[in-house]
Amino acid sequence: MKLGEVIKILDAELLADCGNLDLDVCSACGSDLMSDVMAFVKENVLLLTGLVNPQVIRTAEMMDIKAVVFVRGKCPGENIVQLAKEKGITVFTTKHSMFTACGKLYSSGVTGKGAAD
Amino acid sequence: MSGKVIKLHFTIDAHDFSLAGEASSSTKKMLNQLGISPLIIKKAAIAMYEAEINAFIHANGGEADVEIGVDRIVITVRDEGPGIADLDLAMQEGYSTAPDKVRELGFGAGMGLPNMKRYSDRLEIKTEVGRGTTVTMTVYVREG
Repeated sequence: MKLGEVIKILDAELLADCGNLDLDVCSACGSDLMSDVMAFVKENVLLLTGLVNPQVIRTAEMMDIKAVVFVRGKCPGENIVQLAKEKGITVFTTKHSMFTACGKLYSSGVTGKGAAD
Repeated sequence: MSGKVIKLHFTIDAHDFSLAGEASSSTKKMLNQLGISPLIIKKAAIAMYEAEINAFIHANGGEADVEIGVDRIVITVRDEGPGIADLDLAMQEGYSTAPDKVRELGFGAGMGLPNMKRYSDRLEIKTEVGRGTTVTMTVYVREG
């Protein structure tokens, strides 16, 4: 599924557009714990999180994750949005809860599972 | 390590959480510039980032040294923090001594050391309670 379609499904608001809305999202990881995210290895991953701090972007950077969705309507500060832009990571926010956002994406076909090893 | 070796040195700040990860970010950028395979870079970057975050949250910061050779990347992160009392326990996924305020920041899930082990080809930990911890992670640049 293209990233642009993910945004529509989640009724999301784009906060940092890094020009990759045609990115093919193969799998997604939903977590507020960044070390759990880092145990998850898969290509073309979308990160969904309710955690709002710069380390979300840092984690995405280390993992080569190119898109981050903040759930429950959380809006990152300008410093976080700016850091994401510097790192080429597209950021958006959705009013849906983590559970609902993940459910909407899963039922729309983003079912690729990550591997722990 | 043979051949030309590039050496990087970083101080891990103890006060500004938004800066934690800067050393790993700079290292990742350098590895990218050297044209190393993305999978190898990801392994090195995640392992170093976990060590950097650990130094920040547990040990009031520290120092990081990176040596990039033709066949391997050696990352050393050292601190003068409290040390690890039970290393076997600390290596278990899910075990953490981090306080709740660290979990609120998204870390302290008990995955830091296991992730360092998962992503480095060789992990050496020297730790002494009350003196500090030195973590040395080696990632081979060439597979096999």
